[in-house]
Amino acid sequence: MINSSLNTLSQMLASKQISSVEMTNTFLARIQQYNPSINAYIALDEQKTLAQAQAADAKIAAGNAEPLTGIPFAQKDIFCAKGWKTTCGSKMLANFVAPYDAHVISQFDAVGAVNLGKTNMDEFAMGSSNETSYFGGVKNPWDFDRVPGGSSGGSAAAVAARLCAAATGTDTGGSIRQPASLCGFTGLKPTYGLVSRYGMIAFASSLDQAGPMAKSAEDCALMMNVMAGFDARDSTSLNRPKEDYTRGLSGVTGDQPLKGLRIGLPKEYFAEGLEASVAKVVQEAIAEYRKLGAETVEISLPNSHLSIPVYYVLAPAEASSNLSRYDGVRYGHRAAEYDDLMDMYMKSRAEGFGAEVKRRILIGTYVLSAGYYDAYYLKAQQIRRLIVQDFTEAFKQCDIIMGPTAPSTAFKAGEKADDPVAMYLQDVYTIATNLAGLPGMSIPAGFAPSHLGKPLPVGLQLIGNYFDEARMLDVAHAYQQVSDWHTHMPVGLE
Amino acid sequence: MEWEVVIGLETHTQLKTKTKIFSGASTTYGAEPNTQACEVSIALPGVLPVLNKQAVECAIQFGLAIDADIAPRSVFARKNYFYPDLPKGYQISQYELPVVGKGKLTIQVPPGKNTEAYEKTIHITRAHLEEDAGKSVHGAVEGMSGIDLNRAGTPLLEIVTEPDMRSAAEAVAYAKKLHELVQWIGICDGNMQEGSFRCDVNVSVRPKGTEKLGTRREIKNLNSFKFMQQAIEYETQWQIDTLEDGGKIQQATVLFNPDTGETRAMRSKEEANDYRYFPDPDLLPLIVTEEDKARVKATMPELPEAMKARFEADYGLSTYDAAALTASRTMADYFVSVVQAGAEAKPAANWMMGALSAKLNAEEKATADSPVSALQLAQLLKRIQDNTISNNAAKQVFEALWLGEGEVDEIIATKGLKQESDSGAIEAIIDGVLAANPAMVEEFKAGKEKAFNALVGQAMKASKGKANPAQVNEILKKKLT
Repeated sequence: MINSSLNTLSQMLASKQISSVEMTNTFLARIQQYNPSINAYIALDEQKTLAQAQAADAKIAAGNAEPLTGIPFAQKDIFCAKGWKTTCGSKMLANFVAPYDAHVISQFDAVGAVNLGKTNMDEFAMGSSNETSYFGGVKNPWDFDRVPGGSSGGSAAAVAARLCAAATGTDTGGSIRQPASLCGFTGLKPTYGLVSRYGMIAFASSLDQAGPMAKSAEDCALMMNVMAGFDARDSTSLNRPKEDYTRGLSGVTGDQPLKGLRIGLPKEYFAEGLEASVAKVVQEAIAEYRKLGAETVEISLPNSHLSIPVYYVLAPAEASSNLSRYDGVRYGHRAAEYDDLMDMYMKSRAEGFGAEVKRRILIGTYVLSAGYYDAYYLKAQQIRRLIVQDFTEAFKQCDIIMGPTAPSTAFKAGEKADDPVAMYLQDVYTIATNLAGLPGMSIPAGFAPSHLGKPLPVGLQLIGNYFDEARMLDVAHAYQQVSDWHTHMPVGLE
Repeated sequence: MEWEVVIGLETHTQLKTKTKIFSGASTTYGAEPNTQACEVSIALPGVLPVLNKQAVECAIQFGLAIDADIAPRSVFARKNYFYPDLPKGYQISQYELPVVGKGKLTIQVPPGKNTEAYEKTIHITRAHLEEDAGKSVHGAVEGMSGIDLNRAGTPLLEIVTEPDMRSAAEAVAYAKKLHELVQWIGICDGNMQEGSFRCDVNVSVRPKGTEKLGTRREIKNLNSFKFMQQAIEYETQWQIDTLEDGGKIQQATVLFNPDTGETRAMRSKEEANDYRYFPDPDLLPLIVTEEDKARVKATMPELPEAMKARFEADYGLSTYDAAALTASRTMADYFVSVVQAGAEAKPAANWMMGALSAKLNAEEKATADSPVSALQLAQLLKRIQDNTISNNAAKQVFEALWLGEGEVDEIIATKGLKQESDSGAIEAIIDGVLAANPAMVEEFKAGKEKAFNALVGQAMKASKGKANPAQVNEILKKKLT
């Protein structure tokens, strides 16, 4: 059951083969067994969780079941959930109990899904290894010596170790896709504005986007049906007609289901910096796509090399302002002793934030300062438009872009912890899509042998045009019909 | 040396919206602390701002009222600084691209000791939307400071002028005119005690005849016109004295102390924050289309300048009278009601600026609170028009109306003020007066004009003041010539 698709789980519930309470308990038992070593969840509340499962069973019994009713999900701890501790992986919010629900949370609640708990994450979503969390790192289920990626590392590990049916994540520069690649599952960052950010704790407002983290494209499509949609409480939420993201899935079976699809391969994504073993797996997956009828064209994203510098101006700038509300005045951490107001601010923030968060607040404050604004922030915004332009040009030649999600497989804990630039390079292929607001996806494409024997997952990245999620899911689904990488489970966690 | 003062104003106008500028929390004044602070007001993690359309309409109305450019696209920015009553650690404001651009306002400067009344056009640089902060409450709990976030997120329109004013009188005239205008178009309740209309005044001085502006000091948060006048006068003199003593003016923010009548520096600008403005990524640029402007315009009342011109043209009022009657919306509405109820315009204007204004001023009442309604005044004027009562009697009726002694006709009847207009009766009275006063008649015939007036007086007295004075004059003249 733990390896079943959301559709299968839904059918099991509908046919009364299993109750939501039983299904939930199965996952809770796995969490109890594995979480102490993996550290994927940082907040659990069996009572609340089982109450939701009971309510789901009642809903099913009453014949009001919807596709995800009764299915247990893990929620990234970046989403405010009423009555739940919502920490964003920070000491600053270690004792913060959210008094309201994020849009994403209330969307899952509305269909009667079950919340298993809140998952670990890099502090305020700043990191690519989950090592900046105040609540400790997360183990990669494929190799406990390695990181799961970040910032949605807890959700990633929970999906990979089958400690939930699926999970939510957020992606500001790659925080859904890079962990999906490193942990071997399917993750989607939708077009900016498709999923409301209301109640999702802000890191970099113009880049943050929530999305599904699940075993397959089909599962992601089902979750998108719940997560996407207009929300008047988010001014950047897009008012578009509701879509059924599963609508094309059944159409991509058969001999050459992707005939006519033009796949763009950006030469910059296959250049220096990409590990050979990762490149090999990605090329093999692309070869598979050719067999499915797609044609490939080499394209260029000439400003790719500027993505990381631009991102590390804009994201910290927005973050430095977004994180100003954590001042110890109304909620969150306040220093035990202080002399005056300024001292209270300084001590509370010095104690409440970790090193990476402080680094980004410093960078952000600097680039917004009088005299530097034009040279950094304004310049970065100009380059951001060039990056958008690159994609606009690219999509004239192709329907979808493919390449590696991350330059390497999962790395060892501590390996990059003291080298921020090396860490930032983890997102070299994912950041541009956030800057452009485009949808991006990572799907399991195979395994690369690691030096000590344990094979590690490799992700293939799909980048679509705006609002092209349904096609991306179809394209991913087509591959998952002829491959079984997405069904593999880490050894020893069965 | 002769000095010239240069003044510019920044006015924070609280907009009369039901809810806050970026959330659905109520803006009602005076509630228990923090009862009007929703999750957005408190700036909980994860909350987002949503712009209040009504606040935008207020800004557009103001822009239209001052004949300003309204930006088709304006941008909300974050002004970053730490303060306990600023929950997000930044204020959402408009910085580089405000919604309202250059406009103008014509002010009437009242006569001074050595100056005549005059008109002047004040140029408005910009007006932008922003949110108010909360309030720090000191001492409510011993040794602690509290924060009340009820006001946090209240919509403000900050209106900035060019340094166009050259005296405290001009600055106050501008502030009063602006105060009246924002109430006229209904975007602000104008309540200065509750902080709905607060002025920051930038003051500098320079040798008269020179161009270069002197270093300015900003007097913060003036919430009465009287204090504004005093503060500017004090500040101007202080700057002149400082310069004449060989000192230099440091750019600074100053506060006015109403008890001492002095201004004092609060902080110097060198210590000023770097606010690190940048466009708020949580809000889209504000787009105002021609259709939006037309739609707002259709809902707007006639503006004071237009109404003033109309009063002059339609009613033959003097510029002075028309300006006085359109000095406030309630005054203008009152006047229109009086005229619409059938009274003649000129007497209506005279009575409003005479008896009514005198009474209102004496009792410090607003036009809206006048015990004499527009309909009552109209009725009173009609009774003068149709010769039922004399002007003198009308004054008595007005007093009685003010005291709430009844309706016009009722008062005329009870007080027996009805005028005698029967020419036969008047003739009989005059005949009696002439018979009783042969000496006066002789004097008149000898050429003493004064005697005529004395005879009129006698006739009026004999009629107990009820005879129609015009008729008395006419008949008496006929009898004597």
